[in-house]
Amino acid sequence: MPKTIMTVDDSASVRQMVSFTLREAGYDVIEAVDGRDAVSKMSGKNINLFLTDLNMPNMDGIELIKNIRKTPQHKFIPILMLTTESQAEKKMEGKSAGATGWIVKPFQPEQLLTVIRKVLGC
Amino acid sequence: MLDVHRQAFIEEATELIADLESSLLELESNSTDAELIAKVFRAMHTIKGSSAMFGFDGIAMFTHDVESVYDYIRKGQLAVSSSIIDITLAACDQVGKMLKTNDALLPADEERASELLKAFKKIAASCSTEKKEEQIKPQATLPAEAGEAEIRPLCLYHISFKPSEQILVTGSNPLLLITELRDMGESVVVANTSAVPEIDVINPEYSYLSWDVILFTRASLNTIKDVFIFVEGDSDLHISKIKDVKEIPAPETLEDIASHFSSASVTPGFIPVEFLTNYFSEKSYGEKGQSGLKKTEAAEAHGHESDAASSIRVSADKLDELVNLVGELVTIQARLSQLAMTAESAQMSAVSEEVERITWSLRDSALNIRMLPIGTTFSKFKRLVRSLSKELGKEVELTTEGAETELDKTVIEKMSDPLVHIIRNSIDHGIETPEQRISAGKPPVGIVQLSASQAGGSVIIKISDDGAGLNKDVIRQKAVSLGLASENAELSDNEIYTMIFMPGFSTAKAVTSVSGRGVGMDVVRKAIQGLRGTVEVQSQLGTGTTILLKLPLTLAIIDGLLVGIAGSSYILPLSSVEECIELLAGDRERSNNRNLVNIRGELVPYIDLRQHFMLAGERPAIEQIVIAGINGMRVGFVVDHVIGQHQTVLKSLGKVFRNVEGVSGATILGDGKVALILDINKLVEKAEMEERMEHA
Repeated sequence: MPKTIMTVDDSASVRQMVSFTLREAGYDVIEAVDGRDAVSKMSGKNINLFLTDLNMPNMDGIELIKNIRKTPQHKFIPILMLTTESQAEKKMEGKSAGATGWIVKPFQPEQLLTVIRKVLGC
Repeated sequence: MLDVHRQAFIEEATELIADLESSLLELESNSTDAELIAKVFRAMHTIKGSSAMFGFDGIAMFTHDVESVYDYIRKGQLAVSSSIIDITLAACDQVGKMLKTNDALLPADEERASELLKAFKKIAASCSTEKKEEQIKPQATLPAEAGEAEIRPLCLYHISFKPSEQILVTGSNPLLLITELRDMGESVVVANTSAVPEIDVINPEYSYLSWDVILFTRASLNTIKDVFIFVEGDSDLHISKIKDVKEIPAPETLEDIASHFSSASVTPGFIPVEFLTNYFSEKSYGEKGQSGLKKTEAAEAHGHESDAASSIRVSADKLDELVNLVGELVTIQARLSQLAMTAESAQMSAVSEEVERITWSLRDSALNIRMLPIGTTFSKFKRLVRSLSKELGKEVELTTEGAETELDKTVIEKMSDPLVHIIRNSIDHGIETPEQRISAGKPPVGIVQLSASQAGGSVIIKISDDGAGLNKDVIRQKAVSLGLASENAELSDNEIYTMIFMPGFSTAKAVTSVSGRGVGMDVVRKAIQGLRGTVEVQSQLGTGTTILLKLPLTLAIIDGLLVGIAGSSYILPLSSVEECIELLAGDRERSNNRNLVNIRGELVPYIDLRQHFMLAGERPAIEQIVIAGINGMRVGFVVDHVIGQHQTVLKSLGKVFRNVEGVSGATILGDGKVALILDINKLVEKAEMEERMEHA
């Protein structure tokens, strides 16, 4: 069964590019426009990886990560942050909220897949 | 394919700019609205991030400075002014133009763009207190490794990886990391499971494992580091390049290394770099980091801080009084239960049961207040180890485990001195000098491990060192020369090790300021026995010594075995009891009244308590022998009958009876009768003494 990845970004173009890349690579993709949307869409689903932007309206990435870690079935699921901010503080904030790793924007589709395969193992 | 995405981006960005314009106009009339400012910043941020991804590097570079200005505004370091709004609106127009031009890599109107940029840079510089933000990197962070692999020489690396306990909760799978390493070349992976706690205290969400990996690969040090990129911040990670190698060793060699480190003879957890160097006999470039140690110390300090915040200080006397009162209450409650049972009143039984339930929980919480984590004692030994190892010219590291294990305050206080003696002995007699250790194939730094764990109603404290171990022959000779054992006596290992607890015993060749006067271990055993605990020694020549202390959780309560002799009740400490067997009148005769009983082929001496306490009356036809383990020896106690397990509050006997030997206290039973609690160590000592006098 293909693995399901949820991509959360308020930028439609980034979502489109990420979804396209992931679907091409054989993953199932669920899209969400911000943290709040992601929380409502993840309930009851079996998601294998979250890919989230940090700067978003309604509920930002850090809040979302905390919310994901609170749901029992997603407690140990890898969460990758998409970030343009290369500053360590933002990464650390995300890490301490429970994120697994990060991808610095801009990135090439192949780089995205490399990091995803690294944390998913396939 | 990318063109589709670019088109989507252009549409999105155009929308964003339109939104941005209306937000900016709103902001002009409402310049302190934080929500609006955040919205503007976010829009700029999105344009910047996405434009770089879809190849609009010109826009990315341009919006970077605009974004910085709004970042300052967002952080309150800069106020919104109409001039800022003006140039931002102009910038929006500029971005719009840039989106429409065909050559996305170049700003559409360079002159106009650089003019605007200058204006933004000026604003940014005016309030930039810190170093200028990093320029946006159009290049990726993950290095492209392809093609490089063929050129690099084959290297031997050593990787020691101990992830944070929480690693699983951050979604990382340490096994994937190890697999990633294994995919880089030939490897030996040794998992260290020594930190995995007992099953009843294990937290299934935590990871307790650590790994040592020996890796032969053509990958660079940085590539190996990249494997751990997401976890290096909170893991204990050491990667060292040992040396260049010409070829990957034969599979047998790798197996040999693996088996060497899986065997228990080596301190688990860290394959010493020295070992690898010696094994592959060439110069080492490896270095061992110290960051791990610092981190744990910091974490400990932090832990103490938070402890202090959530607790209050109460004088110990008040606690003692509370426990004493609860003890009285438990006794009276037992009488109430007995009364309720005989009264045969349903109402009274109900009340009595309720009182019983509350009394037991009250007792548990009262005793719990006195419990302290043993870690407070552990931390002070760090100083001791440091100064001792310096004084003796040895390198010793103290590792502790189970610092959170709780023990009664009194037990902790009284245990501190014995522990000092044991640790001193470990460092002085056990751990060898760095030179001796190296020649014995051990790492130069010796390890003394102090660990505590709870097992039922007892706490086990383990002090182990990876030093020279006890030399049975030397101890034996010394024991013979001191007249503690006869030359031809057949002694088990355990009996020989027990000799070190004899008064005046020391095998150290010279008396040092640290130890060797032969008072230490004797004092240790007395103190531990005084706490109703036991001491055990395990040792292997050349690999180290372990001293096990088994202590009761608390002194106020005793888990006892209730027995009856001539109509009176007595209590034996259950922690020492091993088994109960029957003693028939015939057995007694067969041993010619020498007080020895044959249990499964082993002769066990016994003390006849009826005889010892000079109790009158008829013996039952079948008596019981309670077999207890005392200092590695089995001794029986003959009683009329065994009633059963009894948990009881210990009461001291008071001034008049303080000097009675063989009785450590008393307790009041449910029916109001008094039961004496027997001090079996003293009873055995007394019996031995009497026997010796008889022989003399």
